[in-house]
Amino acid sequence: MRVTWELRGSRLYVYLSGELDHHAAHQALKEMGSALDEHLPLHCVLDLSGLSFMDSSGIAVVLGTYRRLKAYGGELSVAGVPGQAARVLTMAGVDRIVPIAVAVKG
Amino acid sequence: MMGVMKVQNDLRMEFLSRSVNEALARSAVGQMAAQLDPSLEELGDIKTAVSEAVTNAVVHAYPDMLGTVYLRARILDIGTLEVTVRDRGIGIADVDEARAALFTTGGDERSGMGFTIMEGFMDTLRVRSAPGRGTTVVMRKRVTPRPVR
Ligand SMILES: Nc1ncnc2c1ncn2[C@@H]1O[C@H](COP(=O)(O)OP(=O)(O)OP(=O)(O)O)[C@@H](O)[C@H]1O
Ligand SMILES: [Mg+2]
Repeated sequence: MRVTWELRGSRLYVYLSGELDHHAAHQALKEMGSALDEHLPLHCVLDLSGLSFMDSSGIAVVLGTYRRLKAYGGELSVAGVPGQAARVLTMAGVDRIVPIAVAVKG
Repeated sequence: MMGVMKVQNDLRMEFLSRSVNEALARSAVGQMAAQLDPSLEELGDIKTAVSEAVTNAVVHAYPDMLGTVYLRARILDIGTLEVTVRDRGIGIADVDEARAALFTTGGDERSGMGFTIMEGFMDTLRVRSAPGRGTTVVMRKRVTPRPVR
């Protein structure tokens, strides 16, 4: 699991790649937390297009990030969600809380 | 289907409840499931369900210790994959409550959706548990036969 980010204007783009499971989630949350604390972006785009697998541990990562931003008035959107991860997020109803864009292919 | 079910393949693994083994477990079952020529979506559903069951054993069954997780995957003759995940951990007092969506004892890092995902992604899910004795999860999914190309 790899976490990278890039600031474009007031938007923070966070890219997750690899497998997002319980084994990886703790570290991912930590790294994303420090990126958010450092930039306090008004909008964060969580780009999941590099994920080859995600389970319910990813739900907690998305919702935890959402709450973290919301606490100071920031917004989260999720982009590039591969098909397998999209099925997990939809099953959990996360798409009713956070705007989710599915990957064009995946 | 009536009669005795013939088992086409049978895999057993046991491993310590270390989180690094979650990937190992779901990919082993994924390789086994691939023998049924599943669609990409079916394969993803199977690996996700296995990941949920194994993660529960790692996280909840053995909260402050290492224990053994027992995994079994069988291919039954009707084109069905059966996966069993068993632990000898703390067990679940009320299985119906635990299976309900959003129920969790795991705090902020869990969402209470594991059983809901297993149920939604597989055809059947059975959970047997006793406090202090451990938990057994049995899931089945029939892989749709596809026309020969
Ligand atoms: N093998 C197990 N041993 C003991 N308790 C378990 C086991 N599996 C599940 N549980 C209990 O059932 C609850 C619900 O499990 P479920 O997988 O649905 O959600 P979760 O693990 O809490 O969160 P998520 O799976 O979304 O990360 C758990 O919080 C835990 O209390
Ligand atoms: Mg779970």
